Amino acid sequence: MMKKLIVSAAVAVVLVLAAFWFMTISRTVPASALGPHTPDLANGKTMFAIGGCTSCHAVPKAEDKTRLGGGLALGSPFGTFYVPNTSPDRKDGIGAWSEAQFVTAMNKGTSPDGDHYFPAFPYMSYQRMAFNDLRDLFAYLKTLPSVQGRVREHDLPFPFNIRRMLGLWKLVFLDGEPFKPDPSQSAQWNRGAYLVNGPGHCAECHSPRNILGGIITGLRFTGGPAPDGQGGVPNITQFKLKHWTVADIADLLETGMTADADRVGGSMVDVVRNTSQLTATDRMAIATYIKSLPSVEGQAPVKK
Amino acid sequence: MAQSDPIAARKALMKENNNNARAAVQMMRGQKPFDAAAVEAAFAQWADTAQKLPGLFPDNSKTGQETKATPKIWQNKKDFDEKAAAFGKAVADNRAKATASLDGLKAAIPVVGKACDNCHEDYRLTQ
Repeated sequence: MMKKLIVSAAVAVVLVLAAFWFMTISRTVPASALGPHTPDLANGKTMFAIGGCTSCHAVPKAEDKTRLGGGLALGSPFGTFYVPNTSPDRKDGIGAWSEAQFVTAMNKGTSPDGDHYFPAFPYMSYQRMAFNDLRDLFAYLKTLPSVQGRVREHDLPFPFNIRRMLGLWKLVFLDGEPFKPDPSQSAQWNRGAYLVNGPGHCAECHSPRNILGGIITGLRFTGGPAPDGQGGVPNITQFKLKHWTVADIADLLETGMTADADRVGGSMVDVVRNTSQLTATDRMAIATYIKSLPSVEGQAPVKK
Repeated sequence: MAQSDPIAARKALMKENNNNARAAVQMMRGQKPFDAAAVEAAFAQWADTAQKLPGLFPDNSKTGQETKATPKIWQNKKDFDEKAAAFGKAVADNRAKATASLDGLKAAIPVVGKACDNCHEDYRLTQ
């Protein structure tokens, strides 16, 4: 009897472990999914600007924002993340990566070794990006200066340091869907929706998150805590931007000036450094989409 | 002159800075004609701001009136003052160029704007 119990308990444990193992397998994009493509470096540069790559991956406080040696410390409720080197250095950066490995990292949040990336890397947004945009971005990144030096490991307490667990997180929060245009909307609106929700990853800061660190869907774009812990990130739905015109929003993305004769501050300064490099057409597309976001009040502002 | 209300004083200065910056950007975009006198007035006002800034953040002005100043200012007052000085230098270095022609203005404003951003990034709240 006892022996039987032990055997069934052991079987149960094995089954649970097997289920965990299967559920947390990292997903990849195979090289066979990528057809022939001639990289468009100009488009890659656009994706680099709207993607805000340099805001996290550039060597902190360096004048040259194209040196993507990493090292920036990102605080979070789960611990401190240290941004990796994404320069084309073959040893310490992404110089030895294949195109499929890069697309996999951006679309699936999976490293070349098959590990899950932490979602401090905003692949929840980047998963919406088109393969061709990612391939152009990869080609552009390869033209940037090579920077030596591997960045230290993240500083996360148990259990957040178990990467395998992120497989479960991804099951809940990562749907793996590319951007789907809304045929009832204009081409301009759809371009804006793509830039905002894909490479631009605006919602990552402009939304509140639940206790697991996932964006609260119904409160998307209603603002959130500031990434550096000081103050808050504003609501950008029509609840807050009702008196803003599309041109006002595009203006802010170019000059950092708000419709209230004020200026952006904190991490938005860096965002504007990036969006100011886009074409006026792309800024208008973004503004058109933002202006269309239905008014949602959101939570009480996060104040210290 | 001692500031009785430094928060209100610095807010008024910043608002004026931004109004002048907006006017300059409108000239650069051709939405307004180039006006050398207005550009000169803007640079004079910015120079005045740069000179006054370090004195407008005394220890008793950390909170109140919905100030968007971050506590980092008082933790790094030396760096803050240096950035204010760098802004003053950018204004002084580019003043003659900006008032001379529209092309000069177009070259000058990004340099001055960069100095604005260098400070706002660390020392002004996002919201």
